[in-house]
Amino acid sequence: MANEILDDHIQNEYKWGFTTDIESETFAKGLNETVIRALSKKKNEPQWLLDIRLKAFAQWLTMPEPNNWAHVPYPKINFQDISYYSAPKVKPELKSLDEVDPELLKTFEKLGISLEEQKRLSGVQSNIAVDAVFDSVSVKTTFRETLAEKGVIFCSFSEAVQEHPELIKKYMGMVVPFADNYYAALNTAVFSDGSFCYIPKGVRCPMELSTYFRINSSGTGQFERTLIVADEGSFVSYLEGCTAPQRDENQLHAAVVEIIAHKGAEVKYSTVQNWYPGDKDGKGGIFNFVTKRGICLDENSKISWTQVETGSAITWKYPSVILKGDNSVGEFYSVAVTNNKQEADTGTKMIHIGKNTRSTIISKGISAGFSNNSYRGLVQIRKGAKNARNFSQCDSLLMGDTCGAHTFPYIEIKDKSAIVEHEATTSKIGEDQLFYCKQRGIDTEKAVALIVNGYCKEVLNKLPMEFAVEAQKLLAISLEGSVG
Amino acid sequence: MISIKNLHASINGKEILKGINLEVKAGEIHAIMGPNGSGKSTLSSVLAGREDYDVTEGEVIFNGKNLLDMSAEDRAREGLFLAFQYPIEIPGVSNINFLKTAINEIRAYNGKEAMEAKDFLALVKEKQKLVELDAKLTGRSVNEGFSGGEKKRNEIFQMAILEPKLAILDETDSGLDIDALRIVANGVNKLHSKNNAFIVITHYQRLLDHIVPDFVHILYNGQIVKSGTKELALELEAKGYDDIKHQFEKLQG
Repeated sequence: MANEILDDHIQNEYKWGFTTDIESETFAKGLNETVIRALSKKKNEPQWLLDIRLKAFAQWLTMPEPNNWAHVPYPKINFQDISYYSAPKVKPELKSLDEVDPELLKTFEKLGISLEEQKRLSGVQSNIAVDAVFDSVSVKTTFRETLAEKGVIFCSFSEAVQEHPELIKKYMGMVVPFADNYYAALNTAVFSDGSFCYIPKGVRCPMELSTYFRINSSGTGQFERTLIVADEGSFVSYLEGCTAPQRDENQLHAAVVEIIAHKGAEVKYSTVQNWYPGDKDGKGGIFNFVTKRGICLDENSKISWTQVETGSAITWKYPSVILKGDNSVGEFYSVAVTNNKQEADTGTKMIHIGKNTRSTIISKGISAGFSNNSYRGLVQIRKGAKNARNFSQCDSLLMGDTCGAHTFPYIEIKDKSAIVEHEATTSKIGEDQLFYCKQRGIDTEKAVALIVNGYCKEVLNKLPMEFAVEAQKLLAISLEGSVG
Repeated sequence: MISIKNLHASINGKEILKGINLEVKAGEIHAIMGPNGSGKSTLSSVLAGREDYDVTEGEVIFNGKNLLDMSAEDRAREGLFLAFQYPIEIPGVSNINFLKTAINEIRAYNGKEAMEAKDFLALVKEKQKLVELDAKLTGRSVNEGFSGGEKKRNEIFQMAILEPKLAILDETDSGLDIDALRIVANGVNKLHSKNNAFIVITHYQRLLDHIVPDFVHILYNGQIVKSGTKELALELEAKGYDDIKHQFEKLQG
């Protein structure tokens, strides 16, 4: 009985799995210096950036592929079998939306992302500026003029390289140096685009900024960079969404996100990650190997990561905060769902360097099917980080008895004044809870959604309103049929 | 309302119900009493559709429909309500949200539109008074951190909101002090009408001082061994279950 219902619903389709038939310019597969030079030339980059790419590439060649350190075994990736650049063929300069390929517009419409600013006036779209990244390039950034009035820079990474080279030079690699890890080095060598955002002193960004990533072409990887700089006393709420077509091959997504918060600045970064997770037998799906890190550079700054992870075949990512400035605050709120044969190893690092720094970690893992879900986190209190405080709570919820939940908390304390608390629980969705709901007229699917949303409430509450609604729906869809 | 004929049910191969016959009409209140292990809770679980039990024989007709063919949620939507002996906690889900979901699922099943938020809140206010439930509790997570008495009262509150045709109260009196017992009983009496029916499962006569049953049945070893009017409960209280056991064993012997 249980298994029938399970099978019924597990075959539930990934709604975002369509492909767009669009003329693209795609590099031949393979990775070498020539490819990197060609990529840099294609993007008309200055010499200094090419030099960084080549240095990173040289470094990458010397690094071993980190295969089995996380709780996620995965096949060796053939990096020569990936194309490192794919872009929709567009006219050289887009003056208005009319010049964007209608197929592209349709794609984003289908994903629920409107690139038409006027829609906001009619109240259809909310107050969110979007940078839409399709395969390797950013196709459109909305509301740039509105933002520019406040001095906010929000554009694609490539444009920022051309228009604000001094900012890119200053901040790129500040938090994630190219030699940081294998995939960060690879990303630095081959990144194609991404988003750049700068909030000037004292400005509260008037709207939410959002990047929407879409992988479309087959045989490609997506390597984008996001760089967010919040100058003194500024505030920004940043959203990131992502989807990919349903394919039998595994595709690599190796992004780098860097956040820099100056004195008194606050950055709130929210992700709803919904890359294609592969089918129920674990065929296909995205390998999501991402380095996300922020630094609270100066005093009284704050960086907050909120993530809802439902997609990808394999995920490893640890959005982290370096708490350098005194009195700075780092937060990490995470819901990670794995179903079928998905594997996730995710968590955070909170590095306390400044005095009176505080961090909070709330992680909710949900495993179903044959999946494995691990929390891996580091709380490090460096010497001299007086009165640092951390509170961590890691909860795991199991659905059925063929999945796994694991917790790997690392705590390193070098200053005696620190107060570090860690709580962890593991629970199972009870037959009793489900029966109770059913006895009140609520069917299994709705009951699971209700129970799971209740379980994740502390994290979902941290998401901006609209994102929270989307995340709730996504949770329900991801777990459909996971309980019989 | 409900007609139970020769109902046999087992769990893990062990037969617990061994041929239950019971007829409940609209407007009636039936009490089922019996010693521990006689099958009282099994009966309520089987009627509510708990999947751990296998029905091996018999038939249950609920308002003209075959109850045993229905899923647990459809039984609820058809108007069957079980007040749990041990109400379940659902962390993070507010009582209000839970009940709103429930009521709208039931309405949708019966071809009705979802309830307007303001009408729902008015209903909540009205029913809260009925069972003297602290307004704070409706906003809290379902049963989480509730005392034993609050949980039982919350069950009656849910029943009041969902207005079932047939309500089964599974040892709702256990763990209640005398004041809570009176509140729960008052709630039931106010909800009782000629259009609905109650099956009250209990160990003790004391609940029946407050909820006066039309019929009392004694369940022993998976069968109803004796039926009568409310006087039977008093008799049982005076003589204890041992007397029943002796009579029954003599019968068998």
